[in-house]
Amino acid sequence: MGAVAAGSAAAVRARGLSPLVAAGACVFLLAALAIGVVVGPVELGLGGVLESAAARLRLPGATTPLSPTEEAILWEIRVPRVVLAALVGAMLALAGATYQGVFRNPLADPYLLGVAAGAGLGATLAIAYLPDGLRGQRALPAAAFVGGLVAVLLTYAVGRSARRERDAATLVLAGVTVAAFFTAWQTFVQQQNAETLQQVYAWILGNIPSTGWGDVLLVLPYVAVAAAVVLALRRVVDVLTLGDEEAASLGVHVGRVRLALVVAATLGTAAAVAVTGLIGFVGIIVPHAIRLLTGVGYRALLPLSMLVGAGFLVLADVAARSLLAPAEIPLGVVTAFLGAPFFAIVLRSTRVGP
Amino acid sequence: MTAIALRGVTVALGGRTVVEGVDAAVASGEWLALIGPNGAGKTTLLRAIAGLVPFEGEIELDGRSVRLLGRGELARLLALVPQEPSTPPWMTVAEYVLLGRTPHLGILAAEGRRDREAAAEALARLDLVGYEGRRLATLSGGEKQRAVVARALAQEARIVLLDEPTASLDIGHGQQALELLDALRLESGLTLVAAMHDLTLAAQYADRMLLLDGGRLVAEGRPEDVLTAERIAARYEAAVEVVQVGGSVAVVPRRGARASASDAADAGV
Repeated sequence: MGAVAAGSAAAVRARGLSPLVAAGACVFLLAALAIGVVVGPVELGLGGVLESAAARLRLPGATTPLSPTEEAILWEIRVPRVVLAALVGAMLALAGATYQGVFRNPLADPYLLGVAAGAGLGATLAIAYLPDGLRGQRALPAAAFVGGLVAVLLTYAVGRSARRERDAATLVLAGVTVAAFFTAWQTFVQQQNAETLQQVYAWILGNIPSTGWGDVLLVLPYVAVAAAVVLALRRVVDVLTLGDEEAASLGVHVGRVRLALVVAATLGTAAAVAVTGLIGFVGIIVPHAIRLLTGVGYRALLPLSMLVGAGFLVLADVAARSLLAPAEIPLGVVTAFLGAPFFAIVLRSTRVGP
Repeated sequence: MTAIALRGVTVALGGRTVVEGVDAAVASGEWLALIGPNGAGKTTLLRAIAGLVPFEGEIELDGRSVRLLGRGELARLLALVPQEPSTPPWMTVAEYVLLGRTPHLGILAAEGRRDREAAAEALARLDLVGYEGRRLATLSGGEKQRAVVARALAQEARIVLLDEPTASLDIGHGQQALELLDALRLESGLTLVAAMHDLTLAAQYADRMLLLDGGRLVAEGRPEDVLTAERIAARYEAAVEVVQVGGSVAVVPRRGARASASDAADAGV
């Protein structure tokens, strides 16, 4: 028996990140980053960008071929914008995949528990009522962030007050309830302040701001913490797909684990949404596309979602700012407009169920 | 030695008492069958033993109160095979069986060599070698059931609770599953508690039976003592004959003599 066990133990592996798939995702992300940095109204060229980067890293013998203006465009505008798009894309895809696992619901997206509605209300209130001076750079994201968190806290409170077993379905219903309420409130405020309609609408459709490193530093800590928590728990997400009761009978504290995962994903999402507005579709399409193409479980899906989500949003942002340049297309429009046909192709060409 | 001790176990779900005052003991290495009509409380009693529903009274595993055991500790002592386990279609057999190692792993840990060996051994004992990379969606009902039992074995718990282990299996696969469980019990000294509807199969495999009805324990003992035609008529409202077949009792349904007068009227007898 021992020999049999030892002999076949090698075959008993959970499919983690296969090197090939991981390498493919990394190449996709790197290519997207390169395109994001190179494409823009001022042609910089990949060679020039790389040399400039080498000079910045003080590599021996490296000097930048770019003019001071080009240097500033590259490092103060384009690179931070690309990094921000990557962070937000990684966060939204990770949060979507996490919610899908935790709630065992393939249609779950990062906005499931009301983050979007709450952030939307917060942003609308800020746009409608804050004096112009205060509204500036920081007040809008802060209001959206707080609104998003308040909505999710309310969702939890409503879910808990339902005195049934605190199962995942109750929480999702509570999220729908809270989102409906906040959305109605937001619509009302919007109607009362019709002159702000366009500004609110632009925020809701999402965009990556070209505001330098400030927004990157704002989002980064939340994304880092969210990613650390979710990736550390990624094996348990696979256990949760068996359902609360079976996960509990395998020794998992289902309530605690779910709370930790939801808090992490929600904080990260709220921070991303606060800076970029509501970018739809990434959180659903990216995890599903990976699942359909590779068939992997959550332990591999979660890190892959981050890589692919980052690359996808960088490319979507390139399209958003260059297709109708100098005008920008709202990012939420691009993600759905490019994402939907791509996803339709994936759906058609695969047979593996989610 | 007593593996499971139940004292005055009462479970109320949604304000309704589903299990009431059950006292019983299961010896280590024993196969105990829980029988009783639908709604008798068999599944609920299993869930209480597995620590999944709150109960009154006392449940002890190996002499330790389940209330004082942590979730992980409980899962290392006891494995539960639910009646309709979830089998995510994308999961491979290896991944699924490795989930059984969860109680042995830290919350942040990945499986190590020891875990893969335990899973490999479980797969070997359930004749699933070569199935490691197969997706659960591609398995037949019988193969799926074996994968579920393999997951429970990989858990390396001494007590295994089974809720209707043959419910989804045909007569041949059901028989094979029970033979296998019995062999595993004898090899590894497992204690098995199985809720079973098929009284003949239950009589063939179980050392002892508990008959539940309306949440109460109404009979207890060896199969040939518990299974009488009168008792089955009273508890299941079924007309049966109990016959001896090859050293065990078999319960054979009989037509034309319904136990319940209203049923008899419905049937036009």
